[in-house]
Amino acid sequence: MSTPKPQAARAQVRRHASGVAAKRKPPVGDEQALAFYRQMVLVRRFEERAARAYTEAKIGGYCHLNLGEEATVAGLTAALRAGDYIYTNYREHGYALARGIAPGRLMAELYGRQDGVSRGWGGSMHMFDVEARFMGGYGIVGGQVPLATGTALAIDYRAGAEAVVCLMGDGTTNIGAFHESLNIAALWGLPIVYVVNNNGLGMGTTVEQSSAEPELYKRAAAYRMASARVDGNDPAAVFEAMRAALASAREGKPYLLETMTGRMKGHSVVDPATYRSREEAEALKAADPVAAYAVKLLDHGVLTDDLIAQVDAEALSTVADAVAFADASPHPNVTTLFDYTYATPVPHDSRRLPGEALYPAAPRPLLSETSA
Amino acid sequence: MSIISYRQALRDALREEMLRDDDVFLIGEEIGLFEGSYKITAGMLEEFGSRRVRDTPIAEEGFTGAAIGAAMVGLRPVVEIMTINFSLLALDQIVNHAAKIYGMFGGQARVPMVIRTPGGGGQQLGATHSQNIELYYSFVPGMKVVAPSTPADAKALMLAAIRDDDPVLVLENLALYNTTGDVPDDVQPAQIGRAKIARSGADITVVSYSRMATVALQAAEHLAEDGIDAEVIDLMSLRPLDRDTIVESVKKTNCAVILEDDWLTYGIGAEIAATISDGAFDWLDAPVRRVAMAEVPMPYAKSLELAALPSLDDAVNAIRETLDAVARRR
Repeated sequence: MSTPKPQAARAQVRRHASGVAAKRKPPVGDEQALAFYRQMVLVRRFEERAARAYTEAKIGGYCHLNLGEEATVAGLTAALRAGDYIYTNYREHGYALARGIAPGRLMAELYGRQDGVSRGWGGSMHMFDVEARFMGGYGIVGGQVPLATGTALAIDYRAGAEAVVCLMGDGTTNIGAFHESLNIAALWGLPIVYVVNNNGLGMGTTVEQSSAEPELYKRAAAYRMASARVDGNDPAAVFEAMRAALASAREGKPYLLETMTGRMKGHSVVDPATYRSREEAEALKAADPVAAYAVKLLDHGVLTDDLIAQVDAEALSTVADAVAFADASPHPNVTTLFDYTYATPVPHDSRRLPGEALYPAAPRPLLSETSA
Repeated sequence: MSIISYRQALRDALREEMLRDDDVFLIGEEIGLFEGSYKITAGMLEEFGSRRVRDTPIAEEGFTGAAIGAAMVGLRPVVEIMTINFSLLALDQIVNHAAKIYGMFGGQARVPMVIRTPGGGGQQLGATHSQNIELYYSFVPGMKVVAPSTPADAKALMLAAIRDDDPVLVLENLALYNTTGDVPDDVQPAQIGRAKIARSGADITVVSYSRMATVALQAAEHLAEDGIDAEVIDLMSLRPLDRDTIVESVKKTNCAVILEDDWLTYGIGAEIAATISDGAFDWLDAPVRRVAMAEVPMPYAKSLELAALPSLDDAVNAIRETLDAVARRR
């Protein structure tokens, strides 16, 4: 992993994005802008450390990272109220962090340990925390979309004031559950914001190759649902767009928000992304949202070089503590294997281990036992 | 005690639970204004309103998933899937989500949801509307699957399913809706995971569930006239499966016939036969016999449909042949 330090990327970002880094003040206050930046750096450092742990074989299975999505993570989660629910897909570590779940519990989940946020049952794709109303990472593309819609239905049923945010990738807009769910949400006026994070690629397939309408926010028109597209590399823009979307949802008008980002690495840790040209990879690196935001905040005097170093040091320290916590957490005890099949215990629930017989081998009964 | 239909028993259970608990609501296609494709929910919209009796678009994946998401935050949805055939459109939500969410997130979210859906052939509905695919759900840890054969059991199991904190599929049956039976006035929730001995006997064990359990009892009464004393086990619960009741019965009778409405190969009966082999091999005096549907897509023509479905005669003959085999061995 050789992600450029914010300072190093500064000049490069200026070259590529001189028009973007305008001299006007960001649309949020300095404190909020700094909070976005801290959040983005923490996600960046956490994900880089997760990638390293994967290569060290501390993490197994699939591992999808939010590298390149940090601005959307920070802006989106900052717009949520404490009681709001968030559903995500399998690229969810950053959102879980930003929802305030302890980094150690998230790293422990990646490590498959007892103190993991899902007790070691979920792994990278299935983080969940009921306290944070973080309603899960889901590994089946689009599996979370009907579920999130149902949670919005429950809010409506109880006349609650909360809202639901349902995250998905660009590829998800092509599955049937997307259509069924948006139709239901619009019909019933449910308090939900669907967020399509468009990073241009579903694994290796581009949006243009997979979507007949590649401007994905326009899909909402089929349901007479309000929608917008926003620069997902700008946390303040995402924050403002999410606030508007959530306000709409709370009034019973569901919303579709498309956030435009770039996926800086492969689909997962093990994907070298050879389907991307050198130029594309370079452009993504140049558009690095963390570096770009640092430059912007430096220009606005919100950040200084010292503060950048301090924020980075704090993030690295938090992540190091998370790794230490994960490493120290025990592997789940095998005696807990059958603890989470059913919430309501019932007789004859199978607790057989693979090598065990259903019934012990029986001797042939005496003739007197068998005759009627 | 009163004599009511299987349909009425289901409706009574739903109504009682809706009156008891505001978190219980009904969701599905045509359940409100149309009063249900098979009229199980007749009168419910009028009594409870559209908040609690929610008509959906034709979107099994969407509304089944929505029910799961509502259950995850504490509501107790009862989903009607018009027939079990259409549940295939919701397979991802049922198998990958409802059944996994409790385990996958380390016990943090429960899915107290019921899926009511009828199986069954014999109505000349053709290949896609006559299937018995309860096996698909019975295969999956995290699911509970119950299959009542009588009005009293239908009510008791529906009450249990609604109060259970796990996803429960209640397998109804098109051919049973109009059947009647005694239902006590104060039916208590059944215990999911227990089979019942519907008729005790000494000569042969007949294992069945749903519609075929009623056929099993008819066969037993018929054979009783010839002095054959069959024991009939009604599984009631397909997952968890009460293996012990089956094994204990076979240890007593030394032979068994399984009656099932699904296809034979890899079917529910295959699991029962394997259970008998595991638990009562040394007590068996004849091979375990299975009576199951012919392995074809269900035809429309009545003559072909009748030939494909297991009948009372098939059951009686299989029992007689198995007892003949036992007699030859002894």
